[in-house]
Amino acid sequence: MLRFAPPLALFVLAVPLACGLLGTILPAFGFLPALGGRHLSVQPFADLFGQPGLWRSAVQALMIGLVTTAISLAMVAGFVCAWYGTRAFRLIQHLVSPLLAVPHAAAAFGFAFMIAPSGYLARLFSPWATGWERPPDLLIVNDPAGLALIAGLVIKEVPFLLLVTLAALPQVPALRSLRLSQSLGYGRMMGFMFTAWPALYRQIRLAVFAVIAYASANVDVAFILGPTTPQTLPVRLVGWMNDPELSMRFMACAGACLQIAVTASALAAWLVLERTVGPVAESICETGRRFRRDGVVRLVSGGMMATSAFLVFGGLGVLALWSVSGLWQFPSAFPDALSWRTWQRTGPALTGPLATTIIIALAATGISVAIALACLQRENETGRTGGNRALALVYLPLLVPQIGFLFGLQLLLIAGDADASWAALILVHVVFVLPYVFLSLSAPWRAYDRRYEAIAAALGAPAGRIFWRVRLPMLLRAVLVAAAVGFAVSVGQYLPTLLVGAGRFPTITTEAVALGSGGDRRVIGVYAFLQMLLPFVGFALATLVPALLFRNRRAIRGL
Amino acid sequence: MTHLIRATALSLALTLSAGSAIADPDPADWDAVLEEAKGQTVYWNAWGGSSQINAYIGWVGEELEERHGVRLVHVKLEDTANAVTTVVAEKAAGRNEGGSIDLIWINGENFASMKRQDLLFAPDWTTELPNWRYVDVENKPTITVDFTLPTDGLESPWGMAKLVFFFDSARTDAADLPDNATDLLAWAEANPGRFSYPQPPDFIGSSFLKQILIETVADPAVLQEPVDEASFETVTQPMFDYLDRLHPHLWRGARAFPKDYPSMSQLLADGELDITFAFNPAEASNAIANQLLPDTVRSFTFSGGTLANTHFVAIPFNANAKAGALVAANFLISPEAQARKQDPEVWGDPTVLAMDKLSDGQRELFEALDLGIATLRPEDLGPALDEPHPTWMSRLEERWSARYAVGN
Repeated sequence: MLRFAPPLALFVLAVPLACGLLGTILPAFGFLPALGGRHLSVQPFADLFGQPGLWRSAVQALMIGLVTTAISLAMVAGFVCAWYGTRAFRLIQHLVSPLLAVPHAAAAFGFAFMIAPSGYLARLFSPWATGWERPPDLLIVNDPAGLALIAGLVIKEVPFLLLVTLAALPQVPALRSLRLSQSLGYGRMMGFMFTAWPALYRQIRLAVFAVIAYASANVDVAFILGPTTPQTLPVRLVGWMNDPELSMRFMACAGACLQIAVTASALAAWLVLERTVGPVAESICETGRRFRRDGVVRLVSGGMMATSAFLVFGGLGVLALWSVSGLWQFPSAFPDALSWRTWQRTGPALTGPLATTIIIALAATGISVAIALACLQRENETGRTGGNRALALVYLPLLVPQIGFLFGLQLLLIAGDADASWAALILVHVVFVLPYVFLSLSAPWRAYDRRYEAIAAALGAPAGRIFWRVRLPMLLRAVLVAAAVGFAVSVGQYLPTLLVGAGRFPTITTEAVALGSGGDRRVIGVYAFLQMLLPFVGFALATLVPALLFRNRRAIRGL
Repeated sequence: MTHLIRATALSLALTLSAGSAIADPDPADWDAVLEEAKGQTVYWNAWGGSSQINAYIGWVGEELEERHGVRLVHVKLEDTANAVTTVVAEKAAGRNEGGSIDLIWINGENFASMKRQDLLFAPDWTTELPNWRYVDVENKPTITVDFTLPTDGLESPWGMAKLVFFFDSARTDAADLPDNATDLLAWAEANPGRFSYPQPPDFIGSSFLKQILIETVADPAVLQEPVDEASFETVTQPMFDYLDRLHPHLWRGARAFPKDYPSMSQLLADGELDITFAFNPAEASNAIANQLLPDTVRSFTFSGGTLANTHFVAIPFNANAKAGALVAANFLISPEAQARKQDPEVWGDPTVLAMDKLSDGQRELFEALDLGIATLRPEDLGPALDEPHPTWMSRLEERWSARYAVGN
C-alpha cells in the first residue's frame, strides 16, 4: 500500500503544476489556439520588456525576497542563539508562535493601521508629543523603496521560521552544545551560533528557501503595503492577467515566466550568500574569540523579536477596536463611540464563508498530512529519500509563483467541467498545503533517532506497530505543528480560492481581500479578527495536545 | 477521443434535462421566464469593495428568494475585469453554456470589451423587461449610450453616476473651493498634500483623468470618437501638462495614490485629505449615516459640469441561469428596489427611473427619501459631461502609468 504513496504525492502536486505551467509557458511564447495564438513567437516577451518600469519592478521583487529573508533569518537566528534554554525564550516563543497563525493580509492591514501617518502609533503620541493636530503628509505605507512591504513580510516570516526552528530543535543536541561551548568560556550567543546553529540551519534550510520564494513573489501583502509607482512584479502580473484585453494574457504569461526567473535568481543569490557567509563564520570561529560580552546584542535580538510581535498584536488589537468603533477621527486614540453595528451588519454574511473556510482547510490539511506521513514512512521503510529530484518536485509549488500556474490550471478545470467544485478547490489547496506540511514534517521526521525503532523491532514489534506506537507518538508534536501550518496556509489562500472556486466559494480570506480594497477599517477589523481566530485555534491545539498527552514525558515534549 | 466522450456526455445531459437548458428564455413571454427562473441560482459578479452596496445586494437576494424563488449569490469582485476574464476563459475552453457567471455589474470599457467579443446574452432583452416602462430613456441619454457605445439592449441600467466632490466644512472654508480644473490646481498649490485621486486604472481615478481631459482639451468633440493614434499626443498634451503641475502638490507628493474612492473617504475622515470625490452624489451622506465621516462633510461640483454616466447589469452569453438573471435585472429597475437604493441610509445611488412614469404611490417612495445633509439636490448637481469613447480610457491609463507609475 505505502509504495503507492510517493507516486500519489507526485501526481497530486506535479499534474496540476505541470498543466498549469504549460498553460502559462505556451501562451508566453504566443501559443494559445483558443485565444487566436497559433504560432510560436517571442512577441509576448517583446511586449513585456516594452512595459515601463518593468526592470525596476522585477529587481525590486528580487531584492524584497532577499532582504526579507535575510532580516527574518537573522532575527530568528539571533534570538534562538541568544536566548535558547532561558525563561525569556519560552516567554517570547509563546508570544511569537501564534503569529504564524495570522494570515498575511490581516497582519498587513493591522501593521498599516499601526504605522500610517494617521495610524495608531501617531494617534498615541499626538498631539501632545508630536504637535500634530492632523496627520503629517509622510509616505510610510506604499513607499517606493518597499520598506513597509519588507517590514510587513518580516513580521510574518519570523514566526514561520521560528516555528520551523522550534520543531527542529529537539533533533539537535542544542542544550548540550550550548553547555559545552559555555564550559569552554564562550558567550551564550556565539557559543550556540558556533556549535548548534549550523546543524539547525541545515534542518530549516528548505523553509528558508520557501520564504525567499514567497517574499519575492508575494501578491497580497505587496498589494496592501508595497510600492504603487510602480508596483512589484507579481502585483503587476495579477493586473495583466485580469485585464479584459485578451492580448494582455500572452504578455502576462511571459511576465509569469520572468517572475519564475526572478524567484530562481533570488534562490541562486541566496546559495551564493550561503557559500560566502559559511567560511566567514568559520574563520571568525577559528580566531577563538569567546564573545563573552554579548549582553547588549542579546537584548537587541530579544527586543526585536518582542517588537515585531508587539506590532502584529498591536495591529490586530487596533483592527479589533476599529471593528467596534463609531466615528473615530485623528488624533483621538480612542473612538468617539463604540458599537456592535459593524458586527451586526456583517454577521449574517459571515457564516457561509466561515463554514467554507473550515471545511476546505480541514479537508486539504487532512489529505496533505496523510499523504506526507505515508510518503515519509515509505521512505523510512525503503531507506531511500526518493531522490533529490523527486524531492525538488515536491517543493516546486512553493518555489513557483502561484499566479504562474493558476491560470493554466483554471483553463484545464473549466475544460473538464470541474471548476467551482469542492473537489477541485480542495485539490488546489492540497497543492499549496502539502508542500508546507511536508516541509515542516520531513526535517524532524528524518532526523528521528532510528535506534528507537531498532529496539522496538528487536523486541518483536511489526513495522505497523512500530509506526503507530513508537515513531508517531514521539513525533506527534511535529505532525500537529505541520497540520497547523497546513491549516493556516489553507485559510490564507486567496488567488487559488478565487480562481478555481470561480468566486462561488467565498472564504473569510477572499471576503477580506475583496472588502479590504474598499478601505472600510471597521469591516476589515471584523474579517481580520476572524482570519486570525481560525488558524490560532489550530496552533493552540498543536501546542496543547502534546502537552496534555505527554505531560509526564518530558523528553518527548522536547524541552 | 475526448471530444467524442464529451459530445456523448453532452447529448446525454441534454436529453435528460428535457431541453430546458437548450433554448434561451424569451423575455417577451415573461410568465414563462418567471416559471423557468423558479429554483434557479443566479451568480451575480459585482464589485465588493463597499459594505453598504454589499448589504443592498444582500437585500435584493432576500427579496428575489421570497418573491420569485430565485436564489441570488453575490460573487464579490475586486475588479469587474476579473469577471470579463472568467467569461473569456470559459469561451476559450469551449464552455458555451452552463457558465459560472449569470449577471455582471458593468459599464464602460468592460462592456465595450464584452460587446466587441460577443460575450453577452443577445439580442435586446432589456426593453422587454416589464419594468423597462419606468426607465427614463428620454432624459437620461447615458442609459442607452454607454461611453459613446449604443447599449443595444445588451445591458440593463441599474443606477446613475455623477462626479461629485466632498469636503469637511469644519476644516475647509466653502468659499475657497475650486469650481473647475484650473481652480483645483490653484487650490492644491495653496493646500499642498490635501488632494489626491485614486491611482488609475482604478475606475474613479481614470474618471478623474477624463474630467481633466475634457476640461483641457481644445476640441471636446474628438473625445466622442475612438482614439486617433496620430493625434493622441497633441490632444492629451494639455491634460498631462496640467497633471505635471498638479502632482508636486498632491498628497504624498504623488509618490503614492489612494487605492479607490472608499479609501479616499477614509483619508478624508482621518484628516489627511481635504477634498475627495466619488461617482455617487450621496456618498458623503451615506458615509455620515454609517459613522465613517463626521456630519460636517458637504458636497460640491463644478458649475461647468462634471462627468456623468450610468452603470448597468449584463448577462454573459453562456450564463447558466438566464431566466433568473432576467428576473433579477427586472427587479433591480422596479420602483421599490430603485427607491431603496437611493436612500442614503442604504446606499444613496440615484435612480434610473423617470418620476413622471411612476404611479403616485411609487413616486411617494422617492419623495419620502431624505437625501441627507451632505447631498446636493438633483438640480444643484450641475451640467453632465459625456463620457469619452472607451478607447480613451484605456489609452489614458496606459500613458498615465508609463508617465507616473514607473518610479524615478
